[in-house]
Amino acid sequence: MNDALRSADPPKVIPVKLVAPAEEETIEQSLYEVRKKIHPRAVSGWFASWRVLLVVVTQVVFYGTAWLEWGGRQALLFDLGARKFYIFGLVLWPQDFIYLTALLVISALSLFLFTAVAGRLWCGYACPQTVYTEIFMWIEHRIEGDRGARMRLDQAPLGARKIALKTAKHGVWAALALWTGFTFVGYFSPIRELMGEIASFSLGPWETFWVLFYSFATYGNAGWMREQVCKYMCPYARFQSAMFDPDTMIITYDKARGDPRGSRNRAADPKALGLGDCVDCGICVQVCPTGIDIRDGLQYECIGCAACIDGCNQVMKKVGYAPGLIRYSTENAIKNGWNFRQILAHALRPRVLIYSAIMGAVIIGVAASLLLRVPVKVDVIRDRSGLARDVGEGRFENIYRLQIMNTTERAHRFVILVEGPHDLEHLEVLTDPQPLQIGPTETISVPVRVRATPEHVKRATERIYFIVEASDDEKHLLPEIFAVREKSSFFIPGPAR
Amino acid sequence: MADFTSGFWDFYIGIITLVSIAACAVLLKSLSSQRVPVSSSGSAETTGHVWDEDLIEGNKPLPRWWIWLFYLTIIFGLAYLWFYPGLGSYPGSGKWTSVGEYGAEVFQAEKEYGPLFQKFSAMDIKQAAADPAAIAAGQKLFLTYCAQCHSSDAGGSRGFPNLTDGDWLYGGEPENIKTTILNGRNGVMPPLGAALGDGGVKDVAHYVRSLSGLASDPIRVVRGKPLFMQTCAACHGSEGKGNQQIGAPNLTDKVWLYGSSEQAIIEGITKGRNNVMPAQKDFLGEARVHVLAAYVYSLSHPELRQHAAGK
Repeated sequence: MNDALRSADPPKVIPVKLVAPAEEETIEQSLYEVRKKIHPRAVSGWFASWRVLLVVVTQVVFYGTAWLEWGGRQALLFDLGARKFYIFGLVLWPQDFIYLTALLVISALSLFLFTAVAGRLWCGYACPQTVYTEIFMWIEHRIEGDRGARMRLDQAPLGARKIALKTAKHGVWAALALWTGFTFVGYFSPIRELMGEIASFSLGPWETFWVLFYSFATYGNAGWMREQVCKYMCPYARFQSAMFDPDTMIITYDKARGDPRGSRNRAADPKALGLGDCVDCGICVQVCPTGIDIRDGLQYECIGCAACIDGCNQVMKKVGYAPGLIRYSTENAIKNGWNFRQILAHALRPRVLIYSAIMGAVIIGVAASLLLRVPVKVDVIRDRSGLARDVGEGRFENIYRLQIMNTTERAHRFVILVEGPHDLEHLEVLTDPQPLQIGPTETISVPVRVRATPEHVKRATERIYFIVEASDDEKHLLPEIFAVREKSSFFIPGPAR
Repeated sequence: MADFTSGFWDFYIGIITLVSIAACAVLLKSLSSQRVPVSSSGSAETTGHVWDEDLIEGNKPLPRWWIWLFYLTIIFGLAYLWFYPGLGSYPGSGKWTSVGEYGAEVFQAEKEYGPLFQKFSAMDIKQAAADPAAIAAGQKLFLTYCAQCHSSDAGGSRGFPNLTDGDWLYGGEPENIKTTILNGRNGVMPPLGAALGDGGVKDVAHYVRSLSGLASDPIRVVRGKPLFMQTCAACHGSEGKGNQQIGAPNLTDKVWLYGSSEQAIIEGITKGRNNVMPAQKDFLGEARVHVLAAYVYSLSHPELRQHAAGK
């Protein structure tokens, strides 16, 4: 407050009118309610076909890959007990954990990229929750009939027919769920042995637990939970909304064209009636697996499955209107009336380019790293008790333990060499036997003696390097570049230094 | 078994834990509903919360099972406290202890590996020393339990004998080695500085060096010999060849536990030496010691190792 203000006119009186707070009527309302079951109507069309295709592709891969063989073992096996991941020709060890990180980074970036370009594509077409819900709903449709029949069945009193249909449905669901759980566990415990153990009722307790656990998860999530997983449990569903912008393709209802809505006689001219193109048939709501009305605009419940597009287009065709009242479009396109070409032009915006560039760089990096990966790992552990040993004639000896891991699936022969500064004369490595034979995916621990004559060395420790490379007769079997170089130090005792 | 000096704290912790859990249940119940304004249609479409003038919070109830999950955590917590120790000094109905869990794992490991070591135990040590599997197991044990002092290559270090050179303080027969590991050894060289005096110690040191042909002062050697015969020969023998019964080293074989320099020998005579090899009987058990003895025996018998050289 400055003086000028204070010394000005007398304080202005703001008139205050006292109003008694409105006697607003309130009720005590629970924050929780019993879920209202959704009975989505089956739909066919362009996007439904895509969804079926993706269901088939993902499931053929999932149920099929577990049975593939590669060089006498399962092609894809994550052996947690032995801490080795077999991926076709590749064997990953715990030291290769960085590749899992890279895979997750790539997955995350592709989610960002797809979401920025075309919304929740993952949710709508490829997410296991969607895919299994789709399969389970298809089974439900086959057994109980479509939406109307299912609703009538649910309301009908319990009778022989209802019991028979429900039992059949849950039986098929449970069978599929068990097979899914079994296949899933089959990626962690060899699936053929697992099959044998199940056949002979000798499945181990943990395998039994996990098979049942994943079966139960499949049955519960795809049969009972369905859209609730997406609405209340899935974090991706929520944070994908943060990646939308006005140029992101979303499933959207063209309000300008459709409203005002209303049913009309087929022969009538909607313009004369003052109506838009939406005949208000409610098909878009009936087909929605999350039970929303897309005409209310973009909602967090929308998983982007495009069932409403297919449903609406069928109706539009039937009543003789142009399709696309509900369609993939962007917020900007709807607002400015852009055509598809203009939408595409806006797809290449900075965030999309940046996501693509980072993703491309990570993929190239991982591919290069996998190609140049050295199939042998070496750890050097220096003996700590006796730092050095005087072996006479001015020679000293240091002891190390070399842990050598042969990550390949065949036995190899290796030699251990040592490198050091020139001052460390007559540097030699003594280990018996050389070359070392190391079996497939075996780890060995070899005590190694290194001797040198450190006559002209001034310092108490010198940097040395162990080199583990394929023995001469094996060089052609391992990559040209192969030679693992691990640093260590050579300690020289004595007060003279 | 409480770690507190007063039993009061057990109740204090137990009551706080139970009251907190009960409070969680009350909180859940009281927050599971709220008063909301009724709209013109008679239902509550919003919660009545408005932010930034026009941002209205819609009334979108969560499914009922969601709150069951919260109650389930309370039931889980109580069941946990009933089964496991958590309420003060109450041990839990499961009587779980970390010591018990460790014991169970040791028991399991013994069940798994016991038969393997029993198989090796049934072999003669020399026979086991030529068995690649026994040697591999022995090396693993050696690297875990022995390498700290004797080095990974069993070559020893200052004060800790080399096990590969065929020179033995207590005898190198398989049974000697096994006895050494089982019961341990304590080799004592008494301090003789006071008895011999500085000059006497130096004379004896030169005599000892002369025994293995190391450079020495001939006059001191002559003076040192009678002192050695008088003071040292009782253990090391009149020829200095040592005595494996008591672990007195052979002084003529060029193997030196603490070094061969004049200074090192003088220090040993003046101050004495006290070498301890700890007994492993109770720690590793007879069967593992048997395998270790076979491995150590094989180190100085390369002809046996030929068979086991696969690894």
